Amino acid sequence: MSQKDARRLTFLLLLSPFLLWILLLVVIPHIDMFMLSVREKIEPRVYETGLGNYIEVFSEPVYVHTLFRTAVMSVAATALTLLLAFPVSYYIAKLARGRLKSALFLMCLLPFWVSELVRVFGWMILLRETGVISSFLQWAGLVSGPVEFLYNDAAVMVGLVYTSMLFMVVPLVSTLDSLDESLVEAGYDLGGGGFAVLREIVIPHAMPGIVAGCIIVFMLSLGNYLTPILLGGKSSLWFTGHIYSQFITRFNWEFGAAFGFILLATSSLLVWLALRLSGQTLASTIAKS
Amino acid sequence: MLMVRQPSRRLSKGWEYTTRMDYDLECQSIVKTFGVFRAVDQVSFQIERGSFFSILGPSGCGKTTLMRMIAGFYEPDSGDIHIKGRSVLSTPPNRRPVNMVFQHLALFPMMTVAENIAYGLRRRRASRSEIETRVADALHRIGLPDSGEKRIDQLSGGQKQRIAIARCMVLDPDVLLLDEPLGALDLKLREHMKVELKQLQHQLGTTFVYITHDQSEALVMSDRVAVMNDGKFEQVGTPQDLYFQPDTAFVAGFVGDSNKWRGRVLNRDATSLKLEADSGETLVGVPGGSAAADRGMAVDIFVRPESISLRRVTSSEPTSTPGDTVNHRAAVVESVLFNGAQSRALVKTRQGEDMAVALPQTGEYADLREGEEVTLAWSIEHCRCYPASSG
Ligand SMILES: Nc1ncnc2c1ncn2[C@@H]1O[C@H](COP(=O)(O)OP(=O)(O)OP(=O)(O)O)[C@@H](O)[C@H]1O
Ligand SMILES: [Mg+2]
Repeated sequence: MSQKDARRLTFLLLLSPFLLWILLLVVIPHIDMFMLSVREKIEPRVYETGLGNYIEVFSEPVYVHTLFRTAVMSVAATALTLLLAFPVSYYIAKLARGRLKSALFLMCLLPFWVSELVRVFGWMILLRETGVISSFLQWAGLVSGPVEFLYNDAAVMVGLVYTSMLFMVVPLVSTLDSLDESLVEAGYDLGGGGFAVLREIVIPHAMPGIVAGCIIVFMLSLGNYLTPILLGGKSSLWFTGHIYSQFITRFNWEFGAAFGFILLATSSLLVWLALRLSGQTLASTIAKS
Repeated sequence: MLMVRQPSRRLSKGWEYTTRMDYDLECQSIVKTFGVFRAVDQVSFQIERGSFFSILGPSGCGKTTLMRMIAGFYEPDSGDIHIKGRSVLSTPPNRRPVNMVFQHLALFPMMTVAENIAYGLRRRRASRSEIETRVADALHRIGLPDSGEKRIDQLSGGQKQRIAIARCMVLDPDVLLLDEPLGALDLKLREHMKVELKQLQHQLGTTFVYITHDQSEALVMSDRVAVMNDGKFEQVGTPQDLYFQPDTAFVAGFVGDSNKWRGRVLNRDATSLKLEADSGETLVGVPGGSAAADRGMAVDIFVRPESISLRRVTSSEPTSTPGDTVNHRAAVVESVLFNGAQSRALVKTRQGEDMAVALPQTGEYADLREGEEVTLAWSIEHCRCYPASSG
């Protein structure tokens, strides 16, 4: 066996776990899901191939409304996370030094040492009617009776932003870290104010990180199940809730699969749109951040 | 080459000039400490309008720190900075009428060349048509008329250099600060840019403050040079002053080459000093700086290779002695370093000291060989001594 063949074999062997993972856990289930989603149930045990499931989803206003609402809320959560994470990341990357820097970074990571369920319960303890905030307000005499902070869109938003912070901070810190301080100084030296330097120098430099962070956070929010359901309550109308109920409650896998594919298509479409609008490519975003 | 004079901000802002109109930049006893370390220590100087001023010093002596205080990025612990007679200490960097060419240029990689040059003009809310004409003009003057749409990483080192200067010059600053701008260029380009920068400054009439650790850059380009060491200015003067009348041992050693001895003063009379080197032999010289040299004082003695006259020892020719040339050595040539006009011979004297001697350019010594016996002579005034520095 020549050396070249040996090298190729090594390469294939090293690659095979990854290929297996992609094939078994991503490609095959998706093909199967797709087959399911285009299978229409005509009568018990009689099926026909067609787009009937999809048509049914889109002809039901509550599903369309939920999809729209989920997308808008996810975009809003992404924007809010970016707004909050940018100053934090800038501080960590450019202003903090030495030990403070790693301590701050660790603090962003800390919430992820407990499971998402525990994190969401934490928020519920704070926000519920008999929770910490409500009791405090009553104790301080600011409100007369208990206040319910849970089960509304704001609570869902808080939960989504909290869960997503880290995934925005990490790519932002890594791009901002590579920003040469003298560029910022040159920006000031040539007459720019703080806002001009931010807009013309810092943000264009951080763009790959911003886009990468936004994609991750958007996908996470759109596909999140626990946070919207627990913090938003039964009426939260999150698209993943429908998928869950079709598969688990109603055993209507064909319909659930169609839901899944609609969600996948929506997120792909929105990410593609965002990339087009920001003038970035997926490749440059991943390479730089 | 570069730049139109447009109605500049100093006119539009209507500043009142109270004093010292003829100085563009004046620093008064500036001090900057980092913790307990004094990076800049009681530095004072004035720069005349339209002149080329260099700050020359070894790495780490505080040059960049001083410049960053002038640009406004550091605040001095004490002292004052005046630009055109007006204190700028309370003015933030983006409002100071100075611009800086950074040590590593700091061109904006996210913008094209034209956008880089237009950046400052856009900050001043110049009209689009004005920006366009001035950018085109600037590109034309630096000889890169077609490069406006290029990205920064498509430029060569020398081109980047010129863009960085053009980016500042379109703003027509009162003072342009340059922090070792030629450091990253190769030798040939550096020689070229030296001449070009000097011409540029001459044409624009803008005051340049130029930082370098390369003495030839400072000597060639500047009207005046400040030699900086350990945060202090050792001497400020014309390049000729620094070369021919250095004030301190540091300047004598740093500017130009020198043969150096450590020694002490044996005796002094009205015009000269009798000196004894640590190696035991005697020399006659003059005090270099303003400091008085007393008997017994430890001194550093400097003689430039080019002020030593060299003579072959031949049986026919008696070694004659011109009037004041009282320092003599008999020596043997150890090696000849040929370098065109800067050729020199390394010799070892009878007493065992190593010295460098410049070879005269008459061609008479073109065939000087290793092992030949020579005599060296240098006059009293070319043998300067300074109170010994601790280093
Ligand atoms: N921000 C800072 N904090 C602490 N010390 C500093 C800081 N900036 C500079 N120094 C110290 O001050 C001294 C002077 O630094 P400076 O950058 O002014 O040197 P320089 O003359 O420009 O040297 P070079 O020719 O290498 O650029 C150095 O010893 C440096 O370690
Ligand atoms: Mg420096």
